[in-house]
Amino acid sequence: MKNVMSNKTAIILYVLPSLLLVLFLIYIPIALTGYYGLMDWSGVGQMKFIGLENYKKLIHDKLFWESTWHSVLLALFSVLSLIGYLIVSLILASKIKGGNLFRKIYIIPMLMSSVAIAQLWIKIFDPMNGLINSLLSMFGIKETPLWLADPDMALYSVFIPIVWQYAGFYIIIMYAALINVPQELIEAARIDGANAFQIAYKIKVPLISGVLKVLVILAVVGSLKYFDLIYVMTGGGPGHATEVIASYMYKEAFGKFNFGYGSAIGFGLLILSMGATWMIQKMLRVNQE
Amino acid sequence: MKKKAFTWLVLLMLMAGIVLSGCSSSSSDSASEGKSGDGKIHLKFMHDWPKGSSTAYYNLVEEIIKDYEAKHPNVQIDVEVLNPDQYRDKLKVLAASNELPDVGLTWSNGFAEPYATGGQFAPLNDIIEKEFKDQFVPGTVEAYTFNGKSYALPMEMNITYIFYNKEIFKKYGLQEPKTFEDLKNIGKTLIKHGVIPATVGSKDGWPASMWFMYLADRIGGPTILTDVIQGKVKMSDPAIVKAAKEVQNLVDMGFFVKGNTAFSNDDAKGYFLNEKAAMFLTATWELPNFTTSPDVPQEFKEKVGYFKFPLYEGGKGTDINSYVGGPGLGAFVAENSKHKEQAKDFAAYLVKEWGKRSVEGAGILPAMKVDTEGLDVPQMYLDVLNDINNATNITTWFDTQASPNVSELHHDLMTALFGKQITPEEFAKQHDDALAEEANK
Repeated sequence: MKNVMSNKTAIILYVLPSLLLVLFLIYIPIALTGYYGLMDWSGVGQMKFIGLENYKKLIHDKLFWESTWHSVLLALFSVLSLIGYLIVSLILASKIKGGNLFRKIYIIPMLMSSVAIAQLWIKIFDPMNGLINSLLSMFGIKETPLWLADPDMALYSVFIPIVWQYAGFYIIIMYAALINVPQELIEAARIDGANAFQIAYKIKVPLISGVLKVLVILAVVGSLKYFDLIYVMTGGGPGHATEVIASYMYKEAFGKFNFGYGSAIGFGLLILSMGATWMIQKMLRVNQE
Repeated sequence: MKKKAFTWLVLLMLMAGIVLSGCSSSSSDSASEGKSGDGKIHLKFMHDWPKGSSTAYYNLVEEIIKDYEAKHPNVQIDVEVLNPDQYRDKLKVLAASNELPDVGLTWSNGFAEPYATGGQFAPLNDIIEKEFKDQFVPGTVEAYTFNGKSYALPMEMNITYIFYNKEIFKKYGLQEPKTFEDLKNIGKTLIKHGVIPATVGSKDGWPASMWFMYLADRIGGPTILTDVIQGKVKMSDPAIVKAAKEVQNLVDMGFFVKGNTAFSNDDAKGYFLNEKAAMFLTATWELPNFTTSPDVPQEFKEKVGYFKFPLYEGGKGTDINSYVGGPGLGAFVAENSKHKEQAKDFAAYLVKEWGKRSVEGAGILPAMKVDTEGLDVPQMYLDVLNDINNATNITTWFDTQASPNVSELHHDLMTALFGKQITPEEFAKQHDDALAEEANK
């Protein structure tokens, strides 16, 4: 083994294929996106070099910042929902009755395709025949909300299925981390007289903090680039009430044929995501010290 | 030393493998484009009528292709079918790499323009002149014509009507409206009885736009929206702003189904098919659903009637035979097809047979003129075909005429107008800004 690790050619041999794949499929397209952002290009035909024009437009584009705000809100909600998931997984990991069953129930939404989830929730939100409004009117509420059709409410309405969709994913990871917390520590704490809450807060959570940090970053970056449910459920509408960065990018590039500007938005999104990741890492490290 | 050489060899092979696998899709494409092993000419044909969702279209195309292959044993048509949305995207991607199918379908005006002027589609004037002289409905070929060259053979032609549920109308003693005021009164009566007057899928923008386009036609005259595209009139013209205002008046009185800004056209259609809404402004592509489609119950089909969009008191559009509508898909031939002549021949055959068989065979209105004499189709088709023959004007849908950029904006603004997120004045101004920006380019 040691022999292999010191053989540079062997290392290169093993690393190269995946390195090339990542390079060709991810990093080169990223660089190209930045490059296309310098162009005026309809996606068909000739490109025209226009320098930083697209990026200048991006900075002054009210819609872009509005969509960014929506994406940031989504990130905030996703991170807050992590607290809920943490509580659920703490309960599940404390070996309650039926915990196994609940774990499976939570994971099921994750197995469904986004489009199916979107269709399901469109039906649930339907203002006339939907599940929610039917329930509300059963309780005698006359002015039932319009959910996805109400510009002030649509954004929060789409957040619900998004958060719901990923619940299983986060819970399963936290659960796995919690299961690995050494039993001796918990027993020792119990002997010292710590109650369940103290054990959870002082022992379990700090011990899985590494995993939690990764999950926060995943939640934030995942939210910033979120696209599918929003695109299928509202298409960014009504108006631009539920527009997020990715849906805005898609509309510009594939709807309006502005591939140049679309690429600039994509590049902006990349920078925002990287900035957010960097900031979170910094913040969490400070907390630790 | 030998060992090192071996490692490098393996490395090289790996790299070659990656590079080759990257190219594999394109190399297999070029093989199917040219003559392959069986010595036949392979033509690639792409359309967006999947078997599941557009059965009648799909079957008709299959039938025509089979006949063509029977007549030309040396030609094989390789068909690729996609959903409309995927189709749009794929076409774009293929065009970017110069790999368009030999024959494919394109939407008119703004959609076709970048492909046509970008040299991706082949001009078809020669075929139109030779094989289709005076056979297309006026205004259809023009929708695919840029700088004097026509780039597609139109296949579809649709106009829009208000379809309504005759039983609901009868129940509340309502007549087909002659004027817009009548229409509003119908709405009031229906609302009073707790029936949704009309359904519209304004999330998609374009179904909502039909209401706006007709009102603009009736208030500002039949050419006004085309004039806007051509820069002769501004969107902020009082007549157009008034049309937008009337749309919002309808919204205010509760004329449209609640929550329509979250409904796609299909969601909205459900309300009409389930008889929850009395009226549905839509195009004649829905005719099969109201006449022949086995998926819709017969008793419902018998209840469906249609009327022309009523006139507006004091408006400039005084002709009820002026329609909003337009050509849908047309067949194009790729400029860099390896078998261009054969492809043109196939496209011409396809469109010609389509024109002959589509009404009877699939219930689709073709862009070719149809002789209604002796045609064995439901009465509604005969009425519509006669209406088309008597039409004084067919204004092509605004969003079809506009560039993709303005079209997308128009859809967003339509949703916002129906959702009351913008005023009619802002609605007009944002259009004007986008149109002006485009004109300056």
